[in-house]
Amino acid sequence: MLTKRIIPCLDVRDRKVTKGVKFQNNIELGDPIEMAVAYSDGGCDELVFYDITASAQRRPIDIEMVREVAKVVHIPFAVGGGIENLEDMRRVLLAGAEKVSVNSLAVRNPKIIAEGAREFGAQCIVLGMDPVKVEDLQKFPSGYEITIRGFRERTGIDALEWAKQAEGLGAGEIVVNSVDADGTREGFELNLTRLISTSVRIPVVASGGAGEPRHLAEVFTAGKADAAIIASMIHTGQYTIRQIKDELIGANIHIRKKW
Amino acid sequence: MIVAVDYKAGNLTSVQLAFEHLGEKVLITDKPGDILRAERVVFPGVGAAGAAMANLRSLGLIEPIREVIERGTPFLGICIGIQLLLGYSDEDGGVECTGIVKGRAKKFSSADPMCKIPQMGWNGLSFTRSHPLLEGIENQSEFYFVHSYYPAVEDESIVIGRTDYADVNFAAMIARGNLAAVQFHPERSGRIGLKMLANFAKWEGTC
Repeated sequence: MLTKRIIPCLDVRDRKVTKGVKFQNNIELGDPIEMAVAYSDGGCDELVFYDITASAQRRPIDIEMVREVAKVVHIPFAVGGGIENLEDMRRVLLAGAEKVSVNSLAVRNPKIIAEGAREFGAQCIVLGMDPVKVEDLQKFPSGYEITIRGFRERTGIDALEWAKQAEGLGAGEIVVNSVDADGTREGFELNLTRLISTSVRIPVVASGGAGEPRHLAEVFTAGKADAAIIASMIHTGQYTIRQIKDELIGANIHIRKKW
Repeated sequence: MIVAVDYKAGNLTSVQLAFEHLGEKVLITDKPGDILRAERVVFPGVGAAGAAMANLRSLGLIEPIREVIERGTPFLGICIGIQLLLGYSDEDGGVECTGIVKGRAKKFSSADPMCKIPQMGWNGLSFTRSHPLLEGIENQSEFYFVHSYYPAVEDESIVIGRTDYADVNFAAMIARGNLAAVQFHPERSGRIGLKMLANFAKWEGTC
């Protein structure tokens, strides 16, 4: 039986892992390579790196970092932030990443999903989305609007519509990163995660809001997520992946137990 | 030296880095001569069967692959590599494959709308018998899978390990003499996957 995946997220800025709340007030946490090795050895199932300032600063992704990670981490990892075109995708994948994540770029140019899937295989192309809760249900039937550039810009696009469109274009996976829940450590955005996960046939990864192991249990059961991203709860040292997994085993969630 | 067959079916970086991490040298090549001279051959790859077979054919790699397998060179197929060893794949409207192993790659289908396709993630391997590549690996260990098609092999006696997904119990690992093939990605499967690759690097090609 396929296990639910736990994916630490490393937001990287100038070769340092940082973490903020709702995309703001970031503090430095450590070296991305050392943290990646520690989490991989500690039992995480996958990793994701976002070069969080690349997109805003319009500079290319840190390929050297991707290469260094690939040399020491032998589990799948995704890289996002600063991907501007197929050539960027190729460089990241050839450097050893399993997947590339596109977010703002895909909103500006949805064709990039189809082109990337055709060129490298759908399993490599992750659509990251940053939805925010909205009141206007006429304009946004799902109740969530897509934002881009790290919540700096609204798009007028409905989150569920965008998820379905991305699946149709050939995305291999969707990461739903709730802007409202990000960094709050009060739990995932269960409604939207479930809505999207039950509406597409590709895996859905919940992101934003993990603070306690029970939040992961909730998002795997009530939220119907295939995988969950965690950050603050392990970056601060409050929990180890082993502790999180032990609690999930206790809650009858099927996860990878040995590594 | 380990030779990894490069037929433009995805990215060989992770396979190369995994073996290098184990202290093994890897030559990535699309040249028939390199394959024929190899001490060991890895046949990896991701992507669609149609394009993969077309590339193998145009690069003239099918015969060298057949030859090294017949000659006893330790050989490891990974992911699409296991499917291309079969006779036929249902992918891309139906593709004639190498037929080195009797069987067919079939697409996952499930009535359960929550069953995602591709299978993406870690799933357990139930051993059906022992094999040198499994030395030091516990039964039911999890490996990393990414695939929409699965190998359905005719000869049950070559099945080494099975995995459940989308209402099927498929052959995730097969072996026959010097030939072994896996549907999962040992190079992405952490310490346990590296153990399997280390076993392959010292395997003499016998069961």
